[in-house]
Amino acid sequence: MYSTLLAFDWGFLIEKLVLIVGIVSISLVIAMYETWAERKVAAVMQDRRGPMRAGPFGLLQPLADGLKLFMKEEIIPNTSNRMLFILGPCLAMLAAMMTSAVIPWGGKIDFFGIRTVNLQIADINIGILYIFAVVSMGVFGIMIGGWASNNKFSLMAALRGASQAISYELPMGLSLIALLMFTGSLKMSAIVGQQLDGIWNVVYQPLGFLIFLVCAFAECNRTPFDLPEAENELNFGYHQEYSSMKLGFYLFAEYINMFISSAVIATLYFGGYDIPFVNDTQLTEKVGLNLMALFQALTLFAKIGAFIFLFMWVRWTIPRFRYDQLMNLGWKKLVPLALANMIITAAVILWLKK
Amino acid sequence: MQALTNRARPVERKPMTFVERLYLWNIFKGMLITFRHIFKKKATINYPEQTRPFSPVFRGLHVLNRDEQGRERCTACGLCAVACPAEAITMEAAERKPGEENLYREEKYAAKYEINMLRCIFCGLCEEACPKDAIYLSETFAPANYQRKGLIYGKPDLLIPNPLEQPEEYKQALGNRANQQQQAN
Repeated sequence: MYSTLLAFDWGFLIEKLVLIVGIVSISLVIAMYETWAERKVAAVMQDRRGPMRAGPFGLLQPLADGLKLFMKEEIIPNTSNRMLFILGPCLAMLAAMMTSAVIPWGGKIDFFGIRTVNLQIADINIGILYIFAVVSMGVFGIMIGGWASNNKFSLMAALRGASQAISYELPMGLSLIALLMFTGSLKMSAIVGQQLDGIWNVVYQPLGFLIFLVCAFAECNRTPFDLPEAENELNFGYHQEYSSMKLGFYLFAEYINMFISSAVIATLYFGGYDIPFVNDTQLTEKVGLNLMALFQALTLFAKIGAFIFLFMWVRWTIPRFRYDQLMNLGWKKLVPLALANMIITAAVILWLKK
Repeated sequence: MQALTNRARPVERKPMTFVERLYLWNIFKGMLITFRHIFKKKATINYPEQTRPFSPVFRGLHVLNRDEQGRERCTACGLCAVACPAEAITMEAAERKPGEENLYREEKYAAKYEINMLRCIFCGLCEEACPKDAIYLSETFAPANYQRKGLIYGKPDLLIPNPLEQPEEYKQALGNRANQQQQAN
């Protein structure tokens, strides 16, 4: 009995721990510099320069912002529900980080010949379903934040935010079903594997990609869908009563959500870590496994960067939706469109399989 | 009602077509416009390395004037204090002793002259009221300070440098009032 207790695969544990720590810190650092990128991109699109004084090109600006948020006074309203008040931002951050567990960040690494490591924390059989489930959990952070503030306006904003999130999960799921019919497997690594050296899924599913993109905007509470958190609508929305680090958590969770949504879109529709126009298997034989994994990870990050730029580009172009226009779009336009997409995909697949 | 001119055109109020209601094409056009703005010239100037030019009548910090021989012009008559709508100027007069002819122009001079920058509204009425051309508003901004008492400027802060001892600073502080100075004399 004792031998089975100690016959534990320590290598597996250490490998997963290192991967988790690495991916979490990378997402935090990227979210931090996303705030810098947002300000810079907003500035150049508005004919001005953005942060320039804190370090060269303002690169130390996120550190200054983080320090400011730490140093602010932490106000917890007297009449609020203390436990839920502190729980809200934690849930938002949790849901944002948990999605990163199933995304394949690169190919295999050959760790000094001892073992080959898959650059993916958990390669479960139900990858896409897991992502969908965790995204649904993100609604909790908004609702709890609005309720625990004990403030009518925050509550209204939280209700709007929650209803927006759940209404746009439907077309997202439906477009994922169409994709699933096409790939035949829910495993993320299988989806990327089919796109490696093949044709990216966006060519087969352009309408599905568009619907998924619009729903990703809505899930991240990003303009044009940022009614719950806009400053002049309902007094800054569900994070009105928060100060200092809890507010920082909410804002940070939004940026991490943006990063992860871009990663998911890149993985599902744009080939994940597939380097475009290059035959990956031939390059692997030439360069070796480790270097190839590095190139593939860099390619994935380049695609993610392009999508993050797209998020910001759209933010500074389109005005906000009104609440009824938002709901109209979600239920009356996107759901039928996603259903039609599903039916057309099914028809084409059956016709081609004949 | 009859139209006054014939410039009015009737507005097209056709309902939107299906493609227009999709709005995707319009969003895309808007995004192109925003993208082009990235490459346009920026309107920011890097203060303090670059500054925008001020106009010659800009009302900035006050300067107490001297004449060409280095004598102070101010006679503590109090007209500027009376003219000031914010009551920011206070002064105390003193009599000129026999050995101080090269310091002050007339027999009465201001021993203490204080302007409270927190009250001053930079209107320029003191400059208009002065009969001796002794106070004028220059082109500099008033700098910030951490404490209130640092913003109450006394005579050493306001007085222009002596033209006999520091001619370059005097010229710089005068700015473009040099030609007016000669006419007043």
